[in-house]
Amino acid sequence: MTVLANPQLWAGTLSLAVPLAFPAIGGTFSERTGVVNIAMEGIMLVGAFFAVACSHWTGNPWLGLLAAMVAGGLVSWMFAWAAIRIAADQVVLGMAINFFGAGITAFLLNTIFGYNGTPTSTPALPMVTFPALANVPVLGWFFHQQSVLVYLMLLLVIVSHWFLFHTRLGLRMRAVGENPLAADTLGLNVWRLRYTGVIIGGVLSAIGGAYLSIGILNSFDVNMTDGRGYIALAAMIFGKWTPFGSFGAALLFGFASSLGNVLQGSNVPTDLIAMLPYALTILALAGLVGRSTAPAADGIPYLPNR
Amino acid sequence: MNSVWQNIGRNIGMPLLASLFAIVIGGIIVAIIGFNPLVVYGSLVSGAFGNLYNLGSTLSGAVPLILIGLGIAIAFKAGLFNIGADGQYWVGAMASVWIGYHFTGMPGFPHILLALLGGMLAGGIWGGIVPGLAKAYLGAHEVITTMMMSYIGIFLVEYMIEEPHAPMRQPGFFPQSPQIATNTQLAPFLPLQVFQQSQLSVGLWIALAAAVVVWILLQRTTFGFQVRAVGFNQRASRYAGIRVPLYTVLTLGISGVFAGLAGGVQMLGVQYQLNDSFASQYGYTAIVVSLLARNNPFGCVIAGIFFAALNTGGQNMQQVSGVPASLTQVLTGLIIFFVAAERLIPMMRAWVRRRRPDARSHAADEGGTLA
Repeated sequence: MTVLANPQLWAGTLSLAVPLAFPAIGGTFSERTGVVNIAMEGIMLVGAFFAVACSHWTGNPWLGLLAAMVAGGLVSWMFAWAAIRIAADQVVLGMAINFFGAGITAFLLNTIFGYNGTPTSTPALPMVTFPALANVPVLGWFFHQQSVLVYLMLLLVIVSHWFLFHTRLGLRMRAVGENPLAADTLGLNVWRLRYTGVIIGGVLSAIGGAYLSIGILNSFDVNMTDGRGYIALAAMIFGKWTPFGSFGAALLFGFASSLGNVLQGSNVPTDLIAMLPYALTILALAGLVGRSTAPAADGIPYLPNR
Repeated sequence: MNSVWQNIGRNIGMPLLASLFAIVIGGIIVAIIGFNPLVVYGSLVSGAFGNLYNLGSTLSGAVPLILIGLGIAIAFKAGLFNIGADGQYWVGAMASVWIGYHFTGMPGFPHILLALLGGMLAGGIWGGIVPGLAKAYLGAHEVITTMMMSYIGIFLVEYMIEEPHAPMRQPGFFPQSPQIATNTQLAPFLPLQVFQQSQLSVGLWIALAAAVVVWILLQRTTFGFQVRAVGFNQRASRYAGIRVPLYTVLTLGISGVFAGLAGGVQMLGVQYQLNDSFASQYGYTAIVVSLLARNNPFGCVIAGIFFAALNTGGQNMQQVSGVPASLTQVLTGLIIFFVAAERLIPMMRAWVRRRRPDARSHAADEGGTLA
């Protein structure tokens, strides 16, 4: 029980949730418009790499973040084009993007920066402690020395919920994911809405990647996402394709990983603790949260008869 | 007859064309950074096939990819996506190694058989029981459950050797298990010194036999027919009296059996013990193998060799030409992209025809096949 009073556990929970929550919410946007997105892993890597590279070249980590978003947007635009315009198999495409992302970032890292990796002088995004938040009992544990992206994530959860469920554009995007034919009949541009969803997804995934490279570190490592894109996919499905659900699942994974970190060196085998989030997910899927149903047109290309 | 040729063209021609596109784009990337693409690709090919040793390494690397790819292809045939083959592979490896260094009194052949069966059983349980049952009876998405079980499996194997007093840890500085008994090590593929050096074991024969078995299973048995029926249309299969939940559990289980067999063959033929090499990513590459093979068992053999060749050739390419080996991963991504984007070809053909007004009437003749 003393473990639960350890502030590091809770700060770690929030921090480790960030690189899962961004791509999970991004994936939510994509899949709500009807495009299955398992490309988060690859797009995260692309985002992570260009964040470091531009942060190094310009000396400004914010420009690095911007570069990550642009790069993630471009890659997901390619993904969207193939998935929407030429109706390619979206799962296969996602795997393609993942391999391409892992390959191209390792390739660029070695050809641009050599085999020693990115320079250690690369500036990172600032860490922020708001005194108002830090002084609240218990809650303060969460907000000790967090990257600015942590606060951006909290904002994103609320904004994307509002956007998807309380704006006209959000309603239209969801309609396209449920019944594109009906949406088309009503005069909505199915393809354009799907492009929007996929590209928002890519940009958010890239921010998740940038958090790893310039949010908590200032370097890029080959395959540094380490499967987080796939876990984000699980978090999105676990969260039933909603921003709050995705965030909750990301927090659960963050908590379990953080618990593993905090318990390191104690008598409890860390490998067994590390299994916890995955076992919890299975249990939750198998009964606690009930059946999670994907948007009805998720993964089905829409080809209007013209 | 015509449709047979069209089918062959689609199943072989498209992956070939996709690979060609990817190789050309890869060549352009290489040329941009100032290398001669021909030299780079030459070193890649010679690194993969240039001599018997390299060929042996390539084929040796192909064995786990072929076996896991076959399993994933079976799942795909039933409309299930087994994304967690990595964990099934490691759990199978763990079971095989455990049997391999116990029961040392047994003669070689039955011991090998027992170790491989243990690996298959472990992989099958890992793929079939939790993800299969959860999918069939609780509707839990198999993409998540297989992946979650995969992480759990890898952590379990890590746990077995990592802690100082872990159950399968050999005393000593390195986290590794004891070696399997010498007489359970698989013999070289052919009785040649070079295949022993390149670690090409009879595992390749096992992989080739497995491809034949899967082909017969899918194409020539009632079981295979029902698997394909479930994959084609689940609701119709249910009305036709096929027990869809049972087939879900069975196909995911068999998918895991092959991944577990791959783990066993790799341990008995190449590694001989468990050690900290969990980042193999065979599971993900094998997904690509079965995708490129369009779930055809013999295609899995070719695709497995192809991706293994990219891997071994890439190492040589990096040494000879200085181009990072990760270029091969870029190529992999591009190949899958173009395989997925198969409609690109007819679209481009139609586009070219539209640009040539004199060919318009000709295009109209064939318009039916393009639509």
